[in-house]
Amino acid sequence: MPIVLLDPTDESAPLGRPGAPRLARLEGTIALLDIVKPRGDVFLDRLEARLRERAPHLSVKRFHKPTFTKPAPADLRAEIADQSTAVIEALAD
Amino acid sequence: MASASEPAARSAERATPPRLPALVLPTVDGDAIALDGSPPGGAPGTASDLPARLIVVYKHDCATCDLVLPALERLTRPLHARRLLTLGVSQSPSEATLDFVARHGLCFPQALDEQLELSFAMQIAVVPTLLLVASDGAVVERSEALDRAELTHLLHAAAGLSGVDAREIDRVLDTLRLPESRPGCASRTLDSEVERERFVRLGRARLGARRWEIGDDQDVHDVLFERGLTDGLPVVPPTEERVLRMLEGTSRDPGEVVAIVPPNLTPATVEKVAINAVMAGCKPEYLPVVLAAVEAACSDEFNMHGVLATTYFAAPLVIVNGPIRGRLGLNSGINVFGQGFRANATIGRALNLVVRNVGGGRPGEVDRATLGQPGKLTYCIAENQEASPWPPLHVERGFAPDDSTVTLFAGEAPRGIVDQTSRSARGVVKSLALAMQSVGHVRFHGMGELVLVLSPEHVDTIARDGWSKDDVRRAICEMSSRPLSELLPDADCREGMPARLAGSADPATVRLPKFRSPEMIHIVVAGGPAGKFSAVVGGWVAGPMGSVMVTRKVGG
Repeated sequence: MPIVLLDPTDESAPLGRPGAPRLARLEGTIALLDIVKPRGDVFLDRLEARLRERAPHLSVKRFHKPTFTKPAPADLRAEIADQSTAVIEALAD
Repeated sequence: MASASEPAARSAERATPPRLPALVLPTVDGDAIALDGSPPGGAPGTASDLPARLIVVYKHDCATCDLVLPALERLTRPLHARRLLTLGVSQSPSEATLDFVARHGLCFPQALDEQLELSFAMQIAVVPTLLLVASDGAVVERSEALDRAELTHLLHAAAGLSGVDAREIDRVLDTLRLPESRPGCASRTLDSEVERERFVRLGRARLGARRWEIGDDQDVHDVLFERGLTDGLPVVPPTEERVLRMLEGTSRDPGEVVAIVPPNLTPATVEKVAINAVMAGCKPEYLPVVLAAVEAACSDEFNMHGVLATTYFAAPLVIVNGPIRGRLGLNSGINVFGQGFRANATIGRALNLVVRNVGGGRPGEVDRATLGQPGKLTYCIAENQEASPWPPLHVERGFAPDDSTVTLFAGEAPRGIVDQTSRSARGVVKSLALAMQSVGHVRFHGMGELVLVLSPEHVDTIARDGWSKDDVRRAICEMSSRPLSELLPDADCREGMPARLAGSADPATVRLPKFRSPEMIHIVVAGGPAGKFSAVVGGWVAGPMGSVMVTRKVGG
């Protein structure tokens, strides 16, 4: 006789969200997002310097999460999406 | 009506619902009969039209039923003409009942109660059970097994309802030579298989979770492993029966949302927590503790998402206080951080299974721990309040001594602290302070929350000198502070505190405390009576930016 079990999961199928289309070239404003791990700011300082040197037509805008321990707040994500064409994140250690 | 006599008083005392349910049962000849005696296919009669009924519930394989049913065939004949209906109700299958009826030459109607609807409704515990039912459906007399005096009393009452002289009944009784008494047999309602099947059938509607069927050709444990539903150890398969029994451990509705569980941020209902609690091996009485732990862990301040996702060692440590420790057999003594105690092992495990299965938190996915720690499997202790002269953790945190609480702390694995020689409070506390400097890194100072677990032997030494928990905290802070000059990075080891903390002063003159404040040090007494060892459970990122210790009261 078959055994009937109850599903212990949240029964959600994963959302298949397609990624945004790849940019053919960098233009407009590039967001640099610091998740506030140690020396993430140093990494982004260097990156910003390189971008300004190699792609002076770009604007660069800096953002940071309030804490690295939690996902980025929704309004920060909206702000980045609203004000930039691409984002580079200084992630993890 | 008969006067109150011993058998009648005995009958009246038994827990009997007062009215017969309005059921229609199948008969052995393929028809149907309404228990209220109304004619088949007709409109339900009014009370004055319906006959009184003598109902006898029996089983085909009961020796006392073999005596009573044929006796009733003869005893009730004088009553039939006067509008008393005798009805046999068999708990046995149709074929066995037909055989019984034929064997005893029974002529009065026989109904089948194979699903035990009438038997459960009338709480039949013994067969044969006789019920005398008035025309309005009220059960006026009841008799179980065979007791001649009780049977006589019941039949006299039946005669009274039918307007028949009781001496006619007595004449038949005298010829039957029934024994004074015989015990009956257990009703099928008491059969454990029947009880279980009915329990699941009636409870099934309360369960909303998706069902999976595991076929005979599959090993249920392998299937659970393959579907990624375990923590690496076998789990108890969550059948409907086990989950329904688990839900009896709480008065909360199965559909009630307990928490939103990260990282998927999906709702965990009481039912989903119960399913995972079954898998963990919990008993139903543990469920309220598991529910409180899930609520606490999924609170904003505890930040389970961060605790799960971090590369650090953090795991949710569950500390239980209050009377529930004794009721559930939670261990607070010998081997408190180790194995061997069902409540400790399964409560901690259930919380982690909820995060895994409901929240979707799994190693290699959102869980990126570099090394992790064994507590990520299960990490649950009770405070040894009885071995402590001080207020327990939950009282310090504002709860009443008689409250039962769970406290969640994002902690590393316990690390051992040895002091087998110091004979004063100051001496033991100095050892603690020296050892606690290694939390994180010996050069890290200004750290946040951690839990200091003091063993009973260390507590005895400290308390003997009249020290309180606050005395211990203040002394640790004083003894673990260091001049900044000792904490600076050097050419080899780049970890340390930044020199700018000295400002314009000489770093050798600036003392930094290891912990931000004495309040960061949470003291819990636990462990066995012998052994001069204590432990520190280091924290993670402390404060609102990381995780904060959270305490919740255990409900029902």
